[in-house]
Amino acid sequence: MAEVIAHTPERKPATEKTSLITGSEAIAVACKLADVDVITGYPIRPYDTVMQYIAKLVSNGEMDCEYIIAEGEHSQFEIVKHASACGARVFCGSSGVGWMYAMEALTVTPALRIPMVAMVGNRALDDPGAFGVEHNDALAVRDLGWQLVWVDNAQEALDTALIAYRVAEDRRVFLPCAISCDGAFLTHSQALVKIPSQEKVDEFLPRYDRGDLLLHPDNPITVAPQANEDWLMEIRRQTAAGMERSPQVIREAYTKFREIFGRDYGNPFFDEYMTDDADVVIVGMGTLSNPVRVAIREMRKEGKKVGFVRMRWFRPFAAEELAKSLSRFKAVGIIDRDFSLGAPHSSGVLATEVRAALYPLANRPPLLAFICGLGGREVTLPDVKNMTDKVYAAAAGKPQPSTQWIGLRE
Amino acid sequence: MGRLFAVEIVYRGIFQKKLAANISRGIVLAAHKEGKPGISFGRYGDSPERNGIPAKYFAIVATDETTLEEGKAKYEPKEVDVTICVDDTLFKGVESWAWYGLQPINKLLKPDGALIVTSLKEPEELIPLAHRKEAPYKLAVLKGTPSFSGLWVYKDDHTDVRILGAIARLLPELFGLASVQETIRDEWHNELKATSALRAFERIGTATVTPDQGNPQEPYKFEMPKWTEMREGIAIPGIPLGGKVKDPVTGEEGGWRPGRNTTFKKWATRTMRPVVDFEKCIKCTLCWLQCPDSCFDVTPDGYYDANLEACCGCGVCEAVCPEKDCVTMVNETRFEDNSSQWEAWRKEPAAYDTHLAEWIKDRPERSHGFRFKGQYQQELPNEFARQG
Repeated sequence: MAEVIAHTPERKPATEKTSLITGSEAIAVACKLADVDVITGYPIRPYDTVMQYIAKLVSNGEMDCEYIIAEGEHSQFEIVKHASACGARVFCGSSGVGWMYAMEALTVTPALRIPMVAMVGNRALDDPGAFGVEHNDALAVRDLGWQLVWVDNAQEALDTALIAYRVAEDRRVFLPCAISCDGAFLTHSQALVKIPSQEKVDEFLPRYDRGDLLLHPDNPITVAPQANEDWLMEIRRQTAAGMERSPQVIREAYTKFREIFGRDYGNPFFDEYMTDDADVVIVGMGTLSNPVRVAIREMRKEGKKVGFVRMRWFRPFAAEELAKSLSRFKAVGIIDRDFSLGAPHSSGVLATEVRAALYPLANRPPLLAFICGLGGREVTLPDVKNMTDKVYAAAAGKPQPSTQWIGLRE
Repeated sequence: MGRLFAVEIVYRGIFQKKLAANISRGIVLAAHKEGKPGISFGRYGDSPERNGIPAKYFAIVATDETTLEEGKAKYEPKEVDVTICVDDTLFKGVESWAWYGLQPINKLLKPDGALIVTSLKEPEELIPLAHRKEAPYKLAVLKGTPSFSGLWVYKDDHTDVRILGAIARLLPELFGLASVQETIRDEWHNELKATSALRAFERIGTATVTPDQGNPQEPYKFEMPKWTEMREGIAIPGIPLGGKVKDPVTGEEGGWRPGRNTTFKKWATRTMRPVVDFEKCIKCTLCWLQCPDSCFDVTPDGYYDANLEACCGCGVCEAVCPEKDCVTMVNETRFEDNSSQWEAWRKEPAAYDTHLAEWIKDRPERSHGFRFKGQYQQELPNEFARQG
């Protein structure tokens, strides 16, 4: 049912303050700061924490938006798609099989050039019903024109949501963006987060201007008519061009973010940790960065020069930049918190993509793929050390299976 | 390398879908009797489930499998040995659901290829309706009313097997009559149909159409935009609003002509058109209101003029008109252009009324669909009599 908030709350020019909030709450706060117009929700854990926080903001009069509880995820994503076509800044999200239930709506969104921002509270796909994190939900749309970004802490979740609006709504891109937040580790744990002031956010985020694609009586257009083989390739090429322009827009957004908010994320696409003198590196996405970094510090005490590359943007995939960086190391280990059954070498999705990115290199480092932490299982320090030992062995030329499951009872 | 044969069957959606499929199947099966492999397929980009929309079936046959691959390698043939047109109103051109622009009925024919049409008209009546072609071709008229079925009923008036018999005569290299008859016995188990094929084989004749014969008009074309020229987001600019209509005699402007799609004209879908007796019109608005395609222009003097580029010939206007003989559906082969009836009537009312009387003289039989129970049984004997 649509809940229309009639009054416009007073928007106080607050200065930056620090709050103890979860990653989900950080996303909700970003929605408030971005002055999102239409939000749809449908509960599924862990994403539902976001809709709870937004509901609280609305009922407290802190946020003014259309807040619609849909009757399922498919409608949830369809509603914001149409609202966005009519010029509204929109937000929604889901998790696991809820995200999959919205698949048809997710599929049509990029081709219509809808700059929707969504939060995926990463969750294992059913069956069995499990709440813990796996990345297969968000990765399911990796071929469709969605921009996909992974964050590993609540501050980054808030900042990235603001950046996502700026990138998605840039006329050169006009593609949806999903922010992946690991279930439990990020969505359900509170951390101290700096909340930027409204003035700075207003300075950072331009108005959403849909231009000649605006669905409005003053701009008579038909959107998404039936088309045949005479048109499809041209339409796909247009969407592809939007994605090809996205990296430049992302770079500009992070630069502007640093100028206005003073927080520097370095390379927007991937974050390197202790790589300068590293012999081998681990590559992964999301909150497994925490145990990996701790394990690396411990291993460095033992004299092992290990580094970590945390992938932030998965789509667009910074293939050339990543390949250039990884070419410096003696071996690379990829941790996938996902699976891609029957894929080349039985690897996960990230490993398959990184392997493809490395292919053009004249001297490719050996690459080992690991499947680890599925369903929210803890990626332990011994797990990380175990994987690192294997990567060292690969660097020394010791033959071993190209994909290995780590932390499995066997 | 062996020889490749291609035959296209141009038909109307819904009403002739089964007929076209039968003919195409029959061609491949008959050729197979003589050891030739082949394939049969409806053009995938068509929408044969839409009433009357022009669509195509293709039969590709070769003397051997390797040569057949050359035919299979194309989405549809670029040239054909035989074009079969199962409705003579398609002679004016084909604008399929998936085709942007008007395609002349003889467009794909090879030089000296055969165009077979089912019609009650003589070659000299049909030739001016088709567009001119640079190379000569043969026209073969198979006498008979164009066969139109309903959505659920197949009108088994033997058109399918008669076409096969005619092909055996015109292109014996593809297959002979014996193979056709053998196929009929296998597929349809009907000796009467085998006889019908024989009769068509015996009687079919051809006239040569030379490059100076036919409709000299350039068929309208449509330039496909490059991907960088299209608006993004699959957003199609709306059609601009319409404007007033000008009276050709007084110059007065009034009424309303709605804006229409300039690149997709609907008239190739039409087998019949409404002709209006403006003297009988009581300006009740029903035709204008009920037309599913909004094809009626409102004239400055308050009449309703069916715009013949936008009319798809459904006949709703005739059905809802309360005045006897005010709107009458007349077969398309009677007309050579799509000009405004109202303008013709305004300029020369007497001449228009003379034409009108001629058009509607015999209460022309409606050409598509079945509208009452038993119509099929009623029509068939008459049809066999017409075919001889």
